[in-house]
Amino acid sequence: MATNKKDPVLVVLQLSGGNDYMNTVVPYTDGIYHDNRKAVAFKENQVLPIDGGVGLNPAMGLLKDMYDQGNMAIIHGIGYPDSPRSHFRSMDIWHTCEPETLGTEGWLGLATRDIDPNKENIVTTVSFGPSLFRALVLPGVPVACVDNLESYGLLTGITGQQQREQILDRFSRMYAPEMGNDVVTEYLGQTGLEAMKGADILKVAPESYSSSIEYADTTIAKKLRGISQIHQAGLGTRIFYCDHGSFDSHAKQPDMHATLWTDVSQALDDFYADLREHDAADNVIVLMFSEFGRRVRDNGSGTDHGAAGAAFVIGDAVKGGQYGEFPSMKPEDLQQGDLVPNMDFRGLYTTVLEDWLGLEAKPIVKGNFEAPRFL
Amino acid sequence: MATTSSKSTETTESIDLMAHLMRRAGFGADRDDLERRAAKGYEATVEELLNPEGARADRELFLRYHPGFRRPVTSPGMGGSAWLYDMMHTELPLEEKMVLFWHQIFATGQSKVDHWHELIAQVDMFREMGMGNYRDMLVALAQNPAMIYWLDNCDNHETGVNENWGRELLELFSMGVGNYSEEDVYECSRAFTGWTIATVPPRNYYSRFDWSFEYQDEDHDYGEKTFLGETGDFNGEDIIDIICRQPATAEFIARHLYNFFVADEPQVPAWSVTPPRDPEAIDLLAKTFTESNYDIRSVLRVLFLSDFFKNARYTKIKSPAEVVVGTLRLVGQDKLPPPGIGDMSKQAGYMGQELLNPPSVEGWHTGVEWINSGSLMKRINFVADMLGDTSKPGVKRIVDRLQAQGNLGPEEMVDRCLELVGPVKAGAATLQQLVEHATQSGELTWDTEKDTAESTAKVGELLQLIASVKEFQYC
Repeated sequence: MATNKKDPVLVVLQLSGGNDYMNTVVPYTDGIYHDNRKAVAFKENQVLPIDGGVGLNPAMGLLKDMYDQGNMAIIHGIGYPDSPRSHFRSMDIWHTCEPETLGTEGWLGLATRDIDPNKENIVTTVSFGPSLFRALVLPGVPVACVDNLESYGLLTGITGQQQREQILDRFSRMYAPEMGNDVVTEYLGQTGLEAMKGADILKVAPESYSSSIEYADTTIAKKLRGISQIHQAGLGTRIFYCDHGSFDSHAKQPDMHATLWTDVSQALDDFYADLREHDAADNVIVLMFSEFGRRVRDNGSGTDHGAAGAAFVIGDAVKGGQYGEFPSMKPEDLQQGDLVPNMDFRGLYTTVLEDWLGLEAKPIVKGNFEAPRFL
Repeated sequence: MATTSSKSTETTESIDLMAHLMRRAGFGADRDDLERRAAKGYEATVEELLNPEGARADRELFLRYHPGFRRPVTSPGMGGSAWLYDMMHTELPLEEKMVLFWHQIFATGQSKVDHWHELIAQVDMFREMGMGNYRDMLVALAQNPAMIYWLDNCDNHETGVNENWGRELLELFSMGVGNYSEEDVYECSRAFTGWTIATVPPRNYYSRFDWSFEYQDEDHDYGEKTFLGETGDFNGEDIIDIICRQPATAEFIARHLYNFFVADEPQVPAWSVTPPRDPEAIDLLAKTFTESNYDIRSVLRVLFLSDFFKNARYTKIKSPAEVVVGTLRLVGQDKLPPPGIGDMSKQAGYMGQELLNPPSVEGWHTGVEWINSGSLMKRINFVADMLGDTSKPGVKRIVDRLQAQGNLGPEEMVDRCLELVGPVKAGAATLQQLVEHATQSGELTWDTEKDTAESTAKVGELLQLIASVKEFQYC
């Protein structure tokens, strides 16, 4: 079942809530930035300067190290036309590449299907968190959803070994596909079987894992540790998905935003240290995105919903640097007070799909988009 | 003979319908309760649910056993327990179900509010107002301290407008995306400047201070505003009045009620691009909403008496809260708050619905999106542990009922058990496996103490298997 340990692996870390682009990759050399952000602007001596007249958020020191080593790509001005400024609609669009209608097929659900068309490995894609991200949803395509690896198992309350096996045998028969089932029942059946089989496969991951790296005590570090455990167990998992947040910094932004980026940076640093220790880093990239950026002018305490944002891709295989351009902050170039996206997120996906996962991107992102080639 | 058989079909149908009503308008009911209600009649039961006379759960009793919840200190993990206790023990199931309904829409979370008592106070407000006037509830919501903090209206000033509350009021609490402009969001937000919170120091001022609503006149923007085409010096209540008059609001609330009580709709952000599955039903509910001057009780009455509701049996996926509370009510907890209630209150969270801590203000994705391999596993494990425990009073009652029917062969045993935990309507494949299992374990007999003990264990094992069937996930 396990495929080559060195197959390319994608980890998506979703920054939920709308990460403030302008205070993440800070255009601190531009006076317009300081004029518009009386309450939340960073001073020149606070940011971590990189090239191009921008600097990283002071809490991103560990990520700046990765950038300096050439292992991080920053993609500027990302988004799509006519942002609805709704977290939820926007996240749906990012998940499905369907800005106009309700998409039901997640882009990574489609990628999972293309990676494993015969559904040979039900842990090809693993989602961390209590809910299943829509990006991973595609009818008929299995995705293992893990909250806590240590307690992952079906009907674990039945103590007698033989009795439990009998019950699980009945279970697998009851959940077998059946003619004439409606869509939801079919889905329940498939999910039940995946839960049972997935638990059997995944239970080896924490058992076989050992590492000298102590991860930070944060929710995102715990998720990345779980991802590392499964990756290192060599189960053939190619796509991992998790999120962190909330980045919805309408108020008291400076403290809140600093904590979020401290936790994300530290967790990623722990994650890569762990992977390096086990020679498991070079085939992993991490993609970070958020559903939108935030408004140019602050509201006296934080920032409201905006449009264009930044995405980040980290990994040894990444050609580090900045891609695209920081959108103009001049008042006449803004739309409803927001930065206008100049890089379509479907171009970012195209690069990841084609240059990393080796898949045909067009049917997944539904079109041709200019792709920043950072791989 | 013919009369008896048609009468018994009639009884089965009236129990089935009553079970449907109680699953949707409450958290399910055990067989005794269903029989009592069916005898009383469907319409009378709807009326009783709408105008209930029983007792709520005893909050004082809860506090006596869990003083850790008492103000101003809340021990971690106890936060959601008070509400779970309310849901487990209320005699007014629809009132409590409406609390859950509004919490799923006006989703407010501990992750940011960090103040359990204010969240519980919000939930208490839903209990008081949840079946009343929607306009009044929106005003109360705009003045609810947990909500004000959750959506930053305390940072919404004349000198610096914060759009968080203003936007979500329109997008998630009333009209839905696509029915207003960005200018409307801004003007709406201006109208709520000065609506903020004050802290009230408790007598022993450690831990959290209580919050209360405060209107700061000097911070309110009294300038002229144009909102949804109307112009005036609007304050927050004027904005709410305008919102309530919009057909989009009536349709939005109607669709939410339909999604919660009748059949699963797509997720809310998609409503602007996907029409309702039953437009006539939405029209009827929306019309009732407007004509009754936004009276939720009137809309609920029309809904529960409609054919589209009665015909929608087993068409929804249970929410995690419904799974947990329904199971706990079925297995019949002691009236006294159990020591493990803190852990029980976390169970729905393990299944993807952490009450009082939604993933965001959008609330949860419902329907089939409740189900994934991890959450389904948690559901099955929890229900199997509960139903398989034959020492629980509700499970004992199930065993007693079976025993009263004498010796039971495998098919009868399966049929009776499915009836007593639902009814659960099992498909052919499920039924076959259950019957084979029951055949393997043998007939239920009650002649000696040993027989009774063995039969009780067999029932427990069968109930565990029933807890794991697909059909159990339907509401």
